Amino acid sequence: MDLYPLWNSLRIAGISTGIIFFLGILSAYYIAKAPRWVKGVLDVVLTLPLVLPPTVVGFLLLRVLGPRRPIGAFFLEHFSVRLTMTWWSAIFATAVVIFPLMYRTCRGAFESFDETLAAAGKTLGLSGAYIFWHIRMPFCRAGILAGTVLSFARALGEYGATSMLAGYTPGRTATISTTVYQLWRTNDDGLAFRWVLVNVAISFVVLLAVNLVEKRQKRR
Amino acid sequence: MAISVDIEKRFKSFTLRIAFEAGNETLALLGASGCGKSMTLRCIAGVEKPDRGRIALDGAVVFDSEKKINVSPQERRVGLMFQHYALFPQMTVLQNVRCGARRSLKGEAQERAALDMLKAFGLEDLQDRLPAQLSGGQQQRAALARILVSDPRILMLDEPFSALDSHLRFRMEQEVRQVIRQFGKTVLLVSHNRDEVYRMADRVAILNNGQMETIGSRDQVFSDPGTRTGCVLTGCKNVSAIRVLDGSHVQALDWGIPLTLPLRPGTDALGIRMHAVKPGEGENSFRCRVAEVIENPFSITVMLHPLAAPENAVPIGWEMEKPVWRALQAEELTVHFPAESILQLKG
Repeated sequence: MDLYPLWNSLRIAGISTGIIFFLGILSAYYIAKAPRWVKGVLDVVLTLPLVLPPTVVGFLLLRVLGPRRPIGAFFLEHFSVRLTMTWWSAIFATAVVIFPLMYRTCRGAFESFDETLAAAGKTLGLSGAYIFWHIRMPFCRAGILAGTVLSFARALGEYGATSMLAGYTPGRTATISTTVYQLWRTNDDGLAFRWVLVNVAISFVVLLAVNLVEKRQKRR
Repeated sequence: MAISVDIEKRFKSFTLRIAFEAGNETLALLGASGCGKSMTLRCIAGVEKPDRGRIALDGAVVFDSEKKINVSPQERRVGLMFQHYALFPQMTVLQNVRCGARRSLKGEAQERAALDMLKAFGLEDLQDRLPAQLSGGQQQRAALARILVSDPRILMLDEPFSALDSHLRFRMEQEVRQVIRQFGKTVLLVSHNRDEVYRMADRVAILNNGQMETIGSRDQVFSDPGTRTGCVLTGCKNVSAIRVLDGSHVQALDWGIPLTLPLRPGTDALGIRMHAVKPGEGENSFRCRVAEVIENPFSITVMLHPLAAPENAVPIGWEMEKPVWRALQAEELTVHFPAESILQLKG
């Protein structure tokens, strides 16, 4: 069994989760403080990828990143880099799809912070930095952690947008999900089933981790 | 004066305008919810900024809009106990109390001061618990310990007992009264509960919609609250608007009866406390129908409808001890309202 798809899936999920970790926290932190109407508009736009079918996300991404499209053509012309059909093309796809998950869980965490705790800290003489690291962050940590793990799990299972942006090339762009589809299509059910088990096992572990995090959060 | 405040802050629905001074005493701000009493405490603590005005603590100016002085809350040394205590949920009781000691003490001394304070509040066995694992009363003790270890110049209590179950309230009130006695400096108490305020405060200020209506000694404010809001907040349930007929004769519009009393100029409403109604003939006596008899745990409230009053008049409540009612018990009776126990109100 060629393990390339496993390795490829893990690195795509890992890298996109890494990027979204920062983007999600930053946008959540600032949007949580924004005026209500800004919040309303941005919220809809940023959450859209969560409800759109991944094929629609893939289609829209190809519209801008494809070799004959604005951004894709620019990169091809100036850097001789093709943004689609490489292993890392899938990162664009997964990042867009998982962003709303990270953003929403983080925003929930920031918004649930009780500002009177910060006010109480100030009246007791605690510095702003101390309040941020010892009061605000511990309060939000569990939410951020849960969002990260959930995003990683979702990235690992991304199929639609990935297959449109990166395609399926064995040993180059194949991920677990695209491999399962390819094997099933070519009637290699036995091998497909092994990959299914691998995928289920990974998802199981990840979701177990989410539950542990949430349980810890509740106990506190 | 240990504290002097004169501030103004604009909000969408009302403008907060507060001015008072207080020495080493307990001053209660009595007002309905949303009248700006908590906001006043937050402005004094420095976590909210007034639009203009001046705040001085122990003679030192901590806020002055004209001189552009706005001392940070960290440096004001003001102890504010929030309504729900604001204990840090991720920290143990000891860590919480230690936070209060960080301003003035270093390292070992912090820990020692925190432990001493925990002992003083009987929390030494609970020092490693998280706030969520404490009862309401224990949380309040921990919050007080955390504030007192920070050595505040004044102590401010925002609705201190509203988050407690009623059976705990009375006991914690006793404890807090003792804390106040030992503290010995200025205490500001914010509350909407007149009993609490009466038992704890030396002086009382009545707040209504952001404005300070009345300020005075406790007995003065309770015996002559001066305004309609003050009357209601100090627990008077019978209030009526009036039309002045001449210097000493008025028509009580809500009750539908004429009354005679030495009227102060500017009075536009009257109040009479439910226990100030007297049976029998006297000044301002009326024959009344008993509209309803309400039984309380330890008293009886009788709703009276004067026979002379129109059908839609507001009945007047009369509260008495149960044996008194048992002796009286009638469907119609005569009561009188002594002029000196009628509250004269404005607004």
